[in-house]
Amino acid sequence: MKYLRFLLIGILFGIILTKSEAVSWYRIFEMFKFQSFHMYGIIGTAVLFSMCFMYFFKKGIIKNYLGNKILVKQKPKEYKRALIGGTIFGLGWALAGACPAPIFTLLGNGVVSILIVLLGSLIGTFIYGLLSNKLPK
Amino acid sequence: MNYLLEPWPWYASGFLIAIVLFLFFYFGRNFGVSTNLETLCTISGANKFSDYFKKDWKERDWALVFLIGLVIGGFIASNYLSNQVPIDLNPKTITELNELGFANAGNTIVPDELFDLKNVFTPKGILILLIAGICIGFGTRYAGGCTSGHAITGLSSLQLPSLIAVIGFFIGGLVMVWLIFPLLFS
Repeated sequence: MKYLRFLLIGILFGIILTKSEAVSWYRIFEMFKFQSFHMYGIIGTAVLFSMCFMYFFKKGIIKNYLGNKILVKQKPKEYKRALIGGTIFGLGWALAGACPAPIFTLLGNGVVSILIVLLGSLIGTFIYGLLSNKLPK
Repeated sequence: MNYLLEPWPWYASGFLIAIVLFLFFYFGRNFGVSTNLETLCTISGANKFSDYFKKDWKERDWALVFLIGLVIGGFIASNYLSNQVPIDLNPKTITELNELGFANAGNTIVPDELFDLKNVFTPKGILILLIAGICIGFGTRYAGGCTSGHAITGLSSLQLPSLIAVIGFFIGGLVMVWLIFPLLFS
């Protein structure tokens, strides 16, 4: 299959998210209550090692599978949307205890009701699509 | 083998997430999950209502395969790589959750009070999950990324908009847990 590699990366990521307990609602609650280092450790370590990779990408020491330089897409310098959108996402992240990747992984964990969160997130995306031209950037 | 079945420590998990990011870039893609919500909307026919969704989803078919992988990964981890130990939460967290009406905190991956089907199909139960989802979808698309795109990719490549977005994630999360939870549950 053409995209087998992305299936395998997804499986790997799903296993990591489950085994690290990052898919757990309780771990997200604990994080926002500052009662555990666990989630900060995960995100912090991920960012730290990713920084090393970014450095190697930038210097051209690591190239992609075609041998080309790896370029990281730059986010638009629009700060209002980052802050407002980020805050709205934060509300949902804490309430559902899941961000987008764990929504799918929780389904594999047998949490069927997460489909309602998924449905909600598609509705939310749809509402954003309708309003995207009218919102402050 | 036993250490694979135990919950994985944060440093191993964080390192492996960076490997996932590396694999994305190595295979010529950007690491980010929330863009897929847009792709799923386009496939569901949202392009008939807004130009925003008029995109060729076939360019992102690889990402849909990735999503299927996420589901399979969760299935494998919970069925074959788990010894079903309770989550090692801070005892203070467990007490506070008890006061909010969440019994047996950490014995399951998510609380039955919110996710068990008999509690989901009450007006309050369904609204909580639906509204949470709407905030996730709207918020990530407005912000232009979620935990993977902003917090991990954006912060590690030193992008200021991502730092602002992550500050937003925390403002929202803290408001929800510290101010809204006491009103919503008790």
